[in-house]
Amino acid sequence: MTAATLLAETCMPRFARGTRLQYDRVREQWFVQAPERAFLADAVAAEILQLVNGKRSLAKIIDQLADKFSAPRDVIAQDVLSMTQELADKQVLLLA
Amino acid sequence: MTRSAMIKAPPPMSLLAELTHRCPLQCPYCSNPLRLDPRAGELDTATWMRVLDEAAAMGVLQVHFSGGEPMARPDLADLVRHAVSLGLYTNLITSGVLLNRDSLKVLSDAGLDHIQLSFQDADAQEGERIGGMAGAQAKKLEAARLIVEDGLPLTLNFVIHRQNAERVPAMLDLAEQLGARRVEIAHTQYYGWSLLNRDALLPDRAQLEATEQAVAAARARFGNRLAIDFVTPDYYAERPKPCMGGWGQRFLNISPSGKVLPCHAAESIPGLTFPSVAEDSLEAIWQDSPLFNLYRGTDWMPQPCQSCAFKEDDWGGCRCQALALAGQADATDPVCHRAPAHDRIEQAIAERPATPPAFRYRRYSNTV
Repeated sequence: MTAATLLAETCMPRFARGTRLQYDRVREQWFVQAPERAFLADAVAAEILQLVNGKRSLAKIIDQLADKFSAPRDVIAQDVLSMTQELADKQVLLLA
Repeated sequence: MTRSAMIKAPPPMSLLAELTHRCPLQCPYCSNPLRLDPRAGELDTATWMRVLDEAAAMGVLQVHFSGGEPMARPDLADLVRHAVSLGLYTNLITSGVLLNRDSLKVLSDAGLDHIQLSFQDADAQEGERIGGMAGAQAKKLEAARLIVEDGLPLTLNFVIHRQNAERVPAMLDLAEQLGARRVEIAHTQYYGWSLLNRDALLPDRAQLEATEQAVAAARARFGNRLAIDFVTPDYYAERPKPCMGGWGQRFLNISPSGKVLPCHAAESIPGLTFPSVAEDSLEAIWQDSPLFNLYRGTDWMPQPCQSCAFKEDDWGGCRCQALALAGQADATDPVCHRAPAHDRIEQAIAERPATPPAFRYRRYSNTV
């Protein structure tokens, strides 16, 4: 069983204080800014994190991305749930 | 043709802004240089503002306001506010002894992103002896409480050495009790003040291993609730660390008087000219100054680094440590088991006295 299977799609993730997604105009890449480190957000992570605002449920985020990329919902859901769990483990996202 | 003319260096990721060398504490392992900058030579607010503008334009992502004690500068909140307006991630590295409800509120309102708070020990009496400041521990505990109450993410920093290593479990417990999100258990590295105090600080291998076990146990206990950064002491490492992620690769340091350095200890290397923000732009210094190109990349490397498979992993290790131990800044870091001067490390460990000598505290008057 993966941790991602435990995440409910009703949960509404938000960035913990002191963490954020930021576009770096110099490198032309997205970064997650966090205490004492900045790490690169790949294209998938950047698409997901741009929709994280504390008011949008994971279900809504998955729907929007499935629509935007005309991709099967279950494929998108897997990406969104696993990444959300991973960033929650790193204390970047809070789940509520 | 110089190397810099051929290849443009990648933009720096982070800037350590040492606003002042003044500090109420006098820790014997302070990372500041032995020759401390006096207050009279400190950059003014307008110059720091311009430096922050230039740093953001170059691609710096995070700025760490440090010192000395950066809260000794009355313009700290203005600098934080300006950095925030530029999209820079702002981190305050503080001893906490000047922090109170009012000064924290001003920083929090300015948009400060994170605070790293130092403790010298979990034990108050020992911590105050190590830091050389009576009454410091209560102030630090109150600072931690106020920071967590405000909601700012908090990292505790503990510098580890032979005189506090046994209390690493208590330090980890303290971090959890105070509600820190991260804790750094960082063994001392030896240059500058800590090299001067090496016999008083260097742990033995059994002490090091006990700290490793304490960290492993705490990681199992705390899981994701508390992130633990453990920094091993170079002297007991198998391979040198990639100091600053490589000279002139990711990191800039600006001293209180405006000197721009590839690392905070670089001023220990003699015969170098240190560029200043008063004379050149940060971009020009980063890309074109002789200092930043001196040990950038791999062209400068001696053997055995030059033919080593790890040369772009560790970048030859630490230049200041090479100078301190091998007498030459362009030698292979003696930490490396393949370094010609590796015996200096073994010698320092072998000659470590059974009883630690008295500290030589970091003070303006103890400057050598």
